Amino acid sequence: MERVEAFEVIEPGILTTIQDRGRYGFSQFGVPPSGALDSFSLRVGNLLVGNREEEACLEITLMGLKIKALREVVIAITGGNISPLLNEESLEMWRTHLLVEGDVICFKKVRTGCRAYLCVSGGLVVPKIMGSSSTYLSGKFGGLKGRALRRGDILYTLDIPSSLDKLGLRFPGDWIPPLEKEVLLRVIPGPQDHHFTKKGFNTFSSEYYQVTPQCDRMGVRLEGPKIERRSDLEESIISEGLISGAIQVPGDGKPIIILTELVTGGYTKIATIISMDLPKVAQLKPGDRVRFNPISMEEAQYLLKKQEGRLRGFKDSLQR
Amino acid sequence: MGLYPKTTSFLMGDRGLLLEFGDEISREINEKVRRMALAIQAEAIEGIIETVPTYRSLLIIYNPTTLSIEDLKKRLDLIEEGLRETPLPEPKLISIPVVYGGIYGPDLEGVAKYLQSSPEEVIRLHCSQPYLIYMIGFMPGYPYMGELPQALVIPRLKTPRLIVPKGSVAIAQRQTGIYSMESPGGWQILGRTPVELFDPEKDPPALLQMGDFVQFYPVTEKEFENWSE
Repeated sequence: MERVEAFEVIEPGILTTIQDRGRYGFSQFGVPPSGALDSFSLRVGNLLVGNREEEACLEITLMGLKIKALREVVIAITGGNISPLLNEESLEMWRTHLLVEGDVICFKKVRTGCRAYLCVSGGLVVPKIMGSSSTYLSGKFGGLKGRALRRGDILYTLDIPSSLDKLGLRFPGDWIPPLEKEVLLRVIPGPQDHHFTKKGFNTFSSEYYQVTPQCDRMGVRLEGPKIERRSDLEESIISEGLISGAIQVPGDGKPIIILTELVTGGYTKIATIISMDLPKVAQLKPGDRVRFNPISMEEAQYLLKKQEGRLRGFKDSLQR
Repeated sequence: MGLYPKTTSFLMGDRGLLLEFGDEISREINEKVRRMALAIQAEAIEGIIETVPTYRSLLIIYNPTTLSIEDLKKRLDLIEEGLRETPLPEPKLISIPVVYGGIYGPDLEGVAKYLQSSPEEVIRLHCSQPYLIYMIGFMPGYPYMGELPQALVIPRLKTPRLIVPKGSVAIAQRQTGIYSMESPGGWQILGRTPVELFDPEKDPPALLQMGDFVQFYPVTEKEFENWSE
């Protein structure tokens, strides 16, 4: 299938990148997964426009992106509400829309969350690097030449017939994860929870932590009460693999949530955020507050299965 | 303690399992990590998304909706039981040219001073033996190698540099490494190599791999500048 011009970038916004579900199987070469931080929004957006769940989309951070449609396309915008507008009129999120040539989409102001996802029927076409279209910013490869969008960039899609039958489709409102300024993140303790005192773990699991301006696709640095560690164990450990959602606590006792652009590290990790709550982390911005709630593996798996069941149900409903 | 008689495992959330084989940096433990990683790859278990081999542990990332933690652990136990039969590929020895000192190795003089030695002796020691690549991590293609001769052991810089140029060859404690990309970093920089360590378009993308060996050798500034691969 041929690729065709879909959008022209008029303003790139603060940080807009091309992301799919990530690059896996290359961490033995030091390559982290990258990919959409809020994978739930990516998956729903793609299902709405008739794509495979993992298709590449735009991840739009905070605001300022302005793009012009260069042809007729079907799109859906999911994720954080950063006030999408179509030709200056408010555009409903979590549903499909038809754009015609010359239509302008822009993102004006942050209402809730931090990142929105724009999926287009046919996906966004860039050369795949190690099997993925995701942009890895610090590695400078993947996505659009390994970088964020710039003014004048052209975004391509596949020349497939517009999925007009998908127009007006909505994702059920009560299934959309609510976005709040105070977020409860469920965690499974470990692998190095034993490096902290009982008092330290209590601090971690009961106090509020605030998101600092140091938050990007690599991680989210938090400010709050110091987590006490055992004095008989060393602060650093022998470098080991990282997974997004791991919560590192370096020597200063302030937690850092690891995201998708890191592969190994030598700091102790007190706990790991459950898969289902990772999209909430993607929507954190400076000033938001989080609290951590330890749960069991069984509970985490029950929650995940419930969510996957809903997504499957939604997918089935689209095919009917 | 070294290699654990029984491998310990830790949960890393609901889709990660960390296998830990020992409590120190040693060739025996690292070889077990590598053997296990290769054996798991060979089995191609449905539901395993990623394996991250490091010094003394192996992180397995899996899809808990298609592979339960119980089943995963059972499969891993079986693999570990048959591990002795897993053949390891013959290690490769890769020679890496380095221009030492000057603008390429801003810490060479300081390192020599700290070790009460001379820059020439530091270079000689650094090139005196091949180093095992324990793992690739921190950034794409970055090799963690060891062990340095005892006479080269030096702590990291007190204040890490904000920018370390690509190709910088550095040491810290018993380890030596090569910055495959420009990045911040706190190791002591002895020199720089013109060799490209990582190319996302190549298969495999990294020149160096866990289990292989690197032998450094000195080149002149002129050779460095005219280097072509």
